[in-house]
Order: sequence, then C-alpha cells, then structure tokens
Amino acid sequence: MSAFAEGSLAIAVAANNRDEAIIASGQLLVASGRVTPVYVEQMLAAVEEFGPYIVIAPGIALAHARPSEAVLSSGLSLAVLAQPVEFGSHNDPVRLVFGLAAIDHDQHLGVLSALAERLSEPQFVNNLLNASTIEALAALLYLEPAE
Amino acid sequence: MRIVAVCGLGIGTSIILKMNAEKALGELGVDATVEAVSVAEIRRSGQDANIILTTPDLAEILVGFTAQIISIEHVFDKQVIKEKLEQALA
Repeated sequence: MSAFAEGSLAIAVAANNRDEAIIASGQLLVASGRVTPVYVEQMLAAVEEFGPYIVIAPGIALAHARPSEAVLSSGLSLAVLAQPVEFGSHNDPVRLVFGLAAIDHDQHLGVLSALAERLSEPQFVNNLLNASTIEALAALLYLEPAE
Repeated sequence: MRIVAVCGLGIGTSIILKMNAEKALGELGVDATVEAVSVAEIRRSGQDANIILTTPDLAEILVGFTAQIISIEHVFDKQVIKEKLEQALA
C-alpha cells in the first residue's frame, strides 16, 4: 500500500509560477482520492499565510494545508515540473512539488519520515527528476512507513 | 530542556525537522525529544521553550521568545542541523 495512490504522480508538468505548481500537486491529491477540491484552495491559502518556507530543500517543495473535512485520507502526491519555478525561497528554483494530505496530526508521520529519509540522498532526488515514465516514478516512490 | 520544531501548520516541515534534530541530538549524546508544532501553537504555549528550530522565513515572524532560534534552510541537511544544535547547547 503506497502513500502515493494511483493518479497521484505526474511528470513534465507545465507550471508558470508558484500557484500553478501548488495547484498541480493539489490536483493530483484530488485525482488520487485523498482530498476534495476545496483542499487545493486551502493549500494556496497556507502558502499565502506563511510564505515560501514550504521549499524545504533545494528544488523541493512540500505543499499542504491543515487537516480538515476536505481530507478524505492521508497520502502524498508529486508533480515533477517541466520547467523550474521560482517560489521566492532561498531554495529556488523548484522542480519537485510534493502534495501532502493529512487526516490528523499523526497518521501521515511514518510515510513523511520515510520520504524525508529518501530525499536526503541527492541521487534519489536526481532519479526522481530524471524519471521518464509515471511507472518509473512510482517504482522509486514505493515507501515503507518508517518505524 | 524544551526543544521545539516549528512550521506553519505543525504537520509537514516541522515533522522533518523534528526527525533530523532527534537524530542529531542522539549523535551528540543529548537525551531530549523535539516537539513539532505550528506557529499558532508556539505563540500560545512556547514561552518556556529553550530552543526553537524553524526555517529562515518563519524565524523572522517568531519574535518575542526567550528561546534560542535556530534557522535551517535545508531541512535534510543533518550535518548543519547537528552543528547548529551543538552550538546552541554549548
């Protein structure tokens, strides 16, 4: 059982700016059944409120909103952007936009920790950027929850 | 010793900071846990925190705390997290 459900991944995604990039990762959460469309608006509101800190490492954004009725189940999505996008962060430009849906404060911790562990390897990040098919991306992102 | 990792909503970035900070503390031989909280929670209950770990843009808005604020640009960079924690604990 993957944290990345069917429909949660996309490559060569066209996005011209921060909001389009966040919407892309949010739409993948909608498409994979994790959230209702209102969650995507909440993701945009969160980045407006707190700023570009969601670009947590060079080239990598983690977009999400708070747990709410718009979340159906906890999970992740990933939009690999065709062209890098500026978020206004010291870790710009962004190529990987992860979407996170959390149904509560705890259920997603295992997969988030497992993902963070993998993303600390530069080679893993390169492999994500260079995946040429959704299947290749899915194979890279099969995560066993940590602990 | 109260160490807190802070991000906007307390469920994403702060969780990753907490995870890497706890590993660093383990390597430094410090027996401490790290709480992951939101900006709203730290404002409500963070006055007794000793160390706050967060990102540079959130560090700017976290004013009025007595805690040492450690700002981390790259949350996967365990070496930098370890060095900054070691300095803060010295």
